[in-house]
Amino acid sequence: MRKAVVFLLMASMLAISPALILGQSRTDILIKNATVMTAVKGTLANTDILISNGKIAKVGKNLAAPAGAQVIDASGKYVTPGIIDCHSHSMLDAINEGTYSVTSMTRTRDVLNVTDIAIYRALAGGVTAANLLHGSANSIGGQNTVVKFKWGHPVEDFPIPDAPPGIKFAMGENVKRSTSFGPPGGTVRYPRTRMGVIETMRDAFLRARDYKKSWDDYKAGKIKVQPRKDLELEPLVEVLEGKRLIHAHGYRSDEHLNLLLLADEFGFRVGTLQHGLEAYKIAPEIAKRGTGVSIFTDFWGYKLEAYDAIPYDAYILWKNGVNVSINSDDDERMRRLNLDAAKVEKYGGVPEEEALKMITLNPAKQLGIDKRTGSIEVGKDADLVIWNGHPFSVYSRVETTMVEGEILFDRAKDAKMQQDMAKEREALEKLDVNKAPGSGGTQPKIPSERRRGDRDDAEFGDGGNQ
Amino acid sequence: MENGKLIFRNIRSRSARIGLLLLTACCLLLTANAQNDGSEQNQNGRAGTFAIVGARIVTVSGATIENGTVVIQNGKIAAVGANAAIPAGAEKIDGKGLSVYPGMIDAATNLGLLEIGQGVNASVDIAETGSMNANARAIKGINPHSAHVEVTRVNGVTTVLSYPTGGVIAGQAAVINLTGATQDAMAVVPDFGLVINFPRISTFGGFGGGGRRTIEFSDAVKLRDKQLDELKKLFTDAENYLRARDAYAKDNTLPYTATDERNDAMAPYIRGERPVIFIAERERDIRGVAKFVAEHKLKGIIVGGMEAWKAADELKKNNISVVYTNIYALPVLDDNPYDELFVAPSKMQAAGLKYCISTGNDGAMVRDLPYQAGIAAGFGLSKEDALKSVTLYPAEVLGLADKMGSIDAGKIANLVVTDGDMLEPRTNVKYVFIDGRMMPLTSRHTELFDSFKDRK
Repeated sequence: MRKAVVFLLMASMLAISPALILGQSRTDILIKNATVMTAVKGTLANTDILISNGKIAKVGKNLAAPAGAQVIDASGKYVTPGIIDCHSHSMLDAINEGTYSVTSMTRTRDVLNVTDIAIYRALAGGVTAANLLHGSANSIGGQNTVVKFKWGHPVEDFPIPDAPPGIKFAMGENVKRSTSFGPPGGTVRYPRTRMGVIETMRDAFLRARDYKKSWDDYKAGKIKVQPRKDLELEPLVEVLEGKRLIHAHGYRSDEHLNLLLLADEFGFRVGTLQHGLEAYKIAPEIAKRGTGVSIFTDFWGYKLEAYDAIPYDAYILWKNGVNVSINSDDDERMRRLNLDAAKVEKYGGVPEEEALKMITLNPAKQLGIDKRTGSIEVGKDADLVIWNGHPFSVYSRVETTMVEGEILFDRAKDAKMQQDMAKEREALEKLDVNKAPGSGGTQPKIPSERRRGDRDDAEFGDGGNQ
Repeated sequence: MENGKLIFRNIRSRSARIGLLLLTACCLLLTANAQNDGSEQNQNGRAGTFAIVGARIVTVSGATIENGTVVIQNGKIAAVGANAAIPAGAEKIDGKGLSVYPGMIDAATNLGLLEIGQGVNASVDIAETGSMNANARAIKGINPHSAHVEVTRVNGVTTVLSYPTGGVIAGQAAVINLTGATQDAMAVVPDFGLVINFPRISTFGGFGGGGRRTIEFSDAVKLRDKQLDELKKLFTDAENYLRARDAYAKDNTLPYTATDERNDAMAPYIRGERPVIFIAERERDIRGVAKFVAEHKLKGIIVGGMEAWKAADELKKNNISVVYTNIYALPVLDDNPYDELFVAPSKMQAAGLKYCISTGNDGAMVRDLPYQAGIAAGFGLSKEDALKSVTLYPAEVLGLADKMGSIDAGKIANLVVTDGDMLEPRTNVKYVFIDGRMMPLTSRHTELFDSFKDRK
């Protein structure tokens, strides 16, 4: 009996696997006659893109369709690279391990939920890859995972194998909420001031340096006893060695600058300043160090440290030569990053292609995945979005999104799925167990509604993670 | 001016005097230039007679005039048309290549009641404590000098409804124009409507949800019913109070009923003179609102309205309009269509519901109103209706269409001049007029931008 149930369960899961519904394998695809916004080489009118083995094989005019290729007529439509969200918590069944101030041993890779509907909704907004970050509850958080949104695939297909590893750091208000953690009546977690936050980081790197020395000495034969492996310090040693990117949550320019100065002291480069809504105040200092900044275009004022945020942040950073990306940090905002990119044209006058880069190539560079994605160039992964109009127009919407040449969102197919789902729901509602309370049915437990921000709230009861 | 004279007199040397004169002249010249490009420095704007000439005029109420004139005089739209007469002495604004729109109206915000929501309680005046707050008036809590005022209006939103949120009966919402040094100067309708957090079925438990512990659905229904009874009691108590007071006023031999500020505040709403605003999202709750409105003979408005189109029949029957606040929201259930909240406005339109689109935002992001309407136009709504959904429709929902919402002679001169489609995120706002005053296009954001843009 139990086996039968498991079988049915698996069968039904397979049945809803979008990859199967969409019937996609890696057949060649030819996108015909589109306006192609490459994000590197300008916008090409009436252009075709040939996709073979999940890669962009050719970009040009009047390309011939290979035998058996699926041809998509994109006349009047726009194609852009898939959007890359450099700050997301989608798919994560847990976000913050906030009990300690340094939790570098934890990994978001261990809590990926491939059934999170946020993946599908993100694809429907043109997002194909994301940086899944640990939360901002503590000075040094857990290790991030850079994924492609391969909806319908098993979990091991999601992380991008050659993406450099990273780790979340955090500064400011969220970190200072030190009484939110630990057992009731327990001691207040250190640190609770910005002074303490930067010292927590310095202390961790000092320990990591000593730890590295002990291993170096051991490897050089200076000491005979093998040092104990330390899962907390290993990732920080990788940071010191330039092998792991820091993604540092923060708002105030002074504290972000303090992190950059700390990095100078220890001789590494910070990967990205996350949020960085005051980064415009220290743009030259950031530019000098080659650190990227990943921001909201114009979301501001939701807390004190976001009160000096201005929508010209992207422009000032860009003008100073800083690599800027625009992120969502939110399953809802994630679906309209194209409009957030459009706004940077309005605020300061960033050119169109540079604005497009801020949601494609720039985050790819920040995450070290620009060799394979982030622009429309031959040889790159076919992570592409077809829009029914200019992606920066509010009236446009996504028609098709593909990841590595596999169509994972298609509006026409979605319409069919919506119809099927409505029929299924109607049938289910007629069942005895599903009758309304008090109308004679045998009522089962109904799962609670899921609402935005719920997962964060559940853990810390203090709003989102921004 | 007298101070200026004093300074002048105190400067002894002739050359210094001439220097100062030149400087003053320069300042005046600079000011004049600033006025010409709309960046007038006085934060309350500049009154005057203005004529926007040769512009594309999107009247919203009628056909768009491709090349016309709008005349602004005494705070009102004095004339509009292809050949509208320009009064002598009017300040002319070259409208070539520009479009004139009515100012946008957001009919469900908390703008001015809250500056920084998280972590700065001292700046939050949004929710009074207790469950019965009929006498809490938003107009008395709105900060005319909030940074949100400027940030919002420079993006073309000129009027908002701002409402309080605390308790079952949360208080009274105000409709304000986004200019004015005092609350009264801002007010269009200071006490516009009574706000009710309509009890809803929530398996999260607790009033209006929000609690962590989930409860059985049947228990949630019982809890909702209990809360609804409490709300009904608040209404019947107020009704009884008003009857007793009226009776005593006519016949002093009857027992005197002591004054009750809260119940007094209910009077215009119970009598159906002013709207009652119900916060409600799901179909079952919206149908509940319709029933409540019918039973108490109220003038009803729904704010939220996620599933309002599903209850269009009941809403129309009871003359209830909807302020829809769910464009920037996610579908509640995982298996709901990904685009259902984008599509909802087109369904309300098709159903013949009176509705408008709102950000539902607490202040800082009300400026995104045009884009929220635009998104709905990407999903079934016509572009014309999308534009109306943030101009004429909110004016109609609020019963203020005789005063605002379109470019027609006699209406308040709340106007936005742009270099493109007002709902597009890349469009720039070139001029904003509120109450006929030319507003500066500066804000906290432009000031910080100016301070740091050239830092090396």
